[in-house]
Amino acid sequence: MSNTTETKTAPPHGLPPQDKGGPLARFLKATELDTRLLGMLGALALIWIGFHVYGAVFNGFGAFLTPRNLWNLSVQTSSIGIMACGMVLVIVTRHIDLSVGSVLGFCAVVMGVTQVYVLPPLMGVGHPMIWIIAVIAGMIAGTFVGAIHGWLIAYRAIPAFIVTLGGLLVWRGVAFLITSGETISPVDQTFKLLGGGPYGAVGEVGSWIVGALGCIAVVVMVLNSRKQRTRFGFVMRSVWADYFIGGISCAAVIGSVLLVNSYPWPKGIVKRYVAETGIEVPAEGLFISHGFAIPVLILVVVVICMTILMQRTRFGRYVYAIGGNPEAATLSGINTKWMTVKIFALMGFLTGLSAVVASARLGSATNALGTLDELYVIAAAVIGGTSLAGGIGTIYGAVLGALVMQSLQTGMVLIGFDAAIQQIVVGAVLVFAVYLDNLYRKSAK
Amino acid sequence: MSNTNTPLVEMRDICISFGGVHAVDHVSVELHPGEVVGLLGHNGAGKSTLIKILSGAYAMDSGEILINGEKAEIRNPRDARSYNIETIYQTLALADNLDTASNLFLGRELVTPFGLVDDDAMEAEAREIMARLNPNFQKFNDPVSALSGGQRQSVAIARAVYFNAQILIMDEPTAALGPHETQMVSELIQKLKAEGIGIFLISHDIHDVMTLCDRASVMKNGKLVGTVDVDSVTDDDLLSMIILGKHPHQKEA
Repeated sequence: MSNTTETKTAPPHGLPPQDKGGPLARFLKATELDTRLLGMLGALALIWIGFHVYGAVFNGFGAFLTPRNLWNLSVQTSSIGIMACGMVLVIVTRHIDLSVGSVLGFCAVVMGVTQVYVLPPLMGVGHPMIWIIAVIAGMIAGTFVGAIHGWLIAYRAIPAFIVTLGGLLVWRGVAFLITSGETISPVDQTFKLLGGGPYGAVGEVGSWIVGALGCIAVVVMVLNSRKQRTRFGFVMRSVWADYFIGGISCAAVIGSVLLVNSYPWPKGIVKRYVAETGIEVPAEGLFISHGFAIPVLILVVVVICMTILMQRTRFGRYVYAIGGNPEAATLSGINTKWMTVKIFALMGFLTGLSAVVASARLGSATNALGTLDELYVIAAAVIGGTSLAGGIGTIYGAVLGALVMQSLQTGMVLIGFDAAIQQIVVGAVLVFAVYLDNLYRKSAK
Repeated sequence: MSNTNTPLVEMRDICISFGGVHAVDHVSVELHPGEVVGLLGHNGAGKSTLIKILSGAYAMDSGEILINGEKAEIRNPRDARSYNIETIYQTLALADNLDTASNLFLGRELVTPFGLVDDDAMEAEAREIMARLNPNFQKFNDPVSALSGGQRQSVAIARAVYFNAQILIMDEPTAALGPHETQMVSELIQKLKAEGIGIFLISHDIHDVMTLCDRASVMKNGKLVGTVDVDSVTDDDLLSMIILGKHPHQKEA
């Protein structure tokens, strides 16, 4: 190593930025952007534009990059995205959870029975507490099931693969027993809003409020990071890089607000709404925006909370430590067994939350809900860069992975590929994505 | 160091067996403040197992541990840390995917008033301590898997030294080091010794033990061959204890 770091003008700590490589490399270094993240965003853009152009050329209509499709895409991604956040923790600690699809079905059935059969006779149909109690019951059920799995894995030393493979069969079976195979409906009207749809979205004003909060959060984070680095005299990211990242983030937030606000309610719904409320319709017609769907906002809150949990708390630090070296984690005084129980309980909690979204979107609860979801959730996490060898993985990566998978499926439906080809493509993409990731990691070393 | 004072650590009659094999069989050792005690023996003699009992990684079957003359309950690594026992493991016990500061503070992170981990504060502390231990060390933002063997070792040593250890266990601390770094560890041991810290040093290198240690305990097949003052024996005496299991002073008697 040379002594160039000891020049008098250099800050007291850290390496001065090196002027190596081309302009792109310098740009990436200055902004400290995650090249992996950029790669995923690039892949996503490619998929979106690809499907749109394909539709425009061969079908005469590019249906992908429309507010309607993108809005629906966001809603469809929510359920898998919420579970993928939990799956990151499970896979980072070198475990696997094959049971999430079945547990989702089980939680949905618990919530369905609670709000359709148990509570209405006690409290009266449409009581405002029904949906709250039902949601809590479903999430407790999920957390409890996850904790049982975690306990068997940690304290009875049964491999996670086996415990959750058993769980996959057991909880699907339990869900069937509870419902006798029947569909439970209709669900509570308020509960139904949690699944999206025209009424299950926050509207134009609500979306602008969400967007404003998002931009404020971005600015506060950038300023706070600068303050922290000044406190310890670390090398500072240059001001223009901070402005650039802050600007791009705010633009993305505002762009998504404009997008969801440009998707209007369908005419039939507007007509019914007008009839119900008796408002006057202007001559040019009534344009009511969807705005952000509630399940998407649930996903956003989950992503923020889970990212803070993973990056800024001891719990998250221990999750990564266990994944990197379980023995070292134990020798550092981390109670790895209890951590495993907590991680699986959290996975169960998020599965319960995901069941709320999935079942509300469907407007009913069936024992088959969530079938094969475990594979999509695992695939989302892995496409998002979570390493099955443990120790590596991010929340935002998993959610982007879920978005990539959902985009592929939606896109193929839009351009008219049939189900068999969809499966082939999604499967091949999963394998190819992991191969690319391997190449990336080798070159990064 | 006088043996009339209460020992810092007293391990009495320690036994542990794994599946019928007596890995440690009625072994007693003691350590005084400011003393370096070498633990010698072949691979599989039970040295590492013995100190892993002290560091809380294994639970002993029978025997007792006294710290400053009082009975200590050490059931896990957290208990050991609460008695100011720090360990540098042979395997280093680093989480390869985490950076230097995260490893240094693993299990006792610095937190902000909101209870969130304070990575910047930890990095600042890590820079300060590493500057003392290994002035060339610069890679603070890389995972420790990107570090050289010597750098990794200095992270493991820094972790043990930072938290005001009273009792330090070093399992082959110089195994991965070059001559220059080995010299630095020797100087560090002298310095810690002068501060009144008691050190158990496991080593295969008789020369190391002869120069660094005050006393040496030799183990063979899970049993203690004997403990000798290093000044009163020769290299050959120690070797014959290790290989033949013969106590030099018994031989004379």
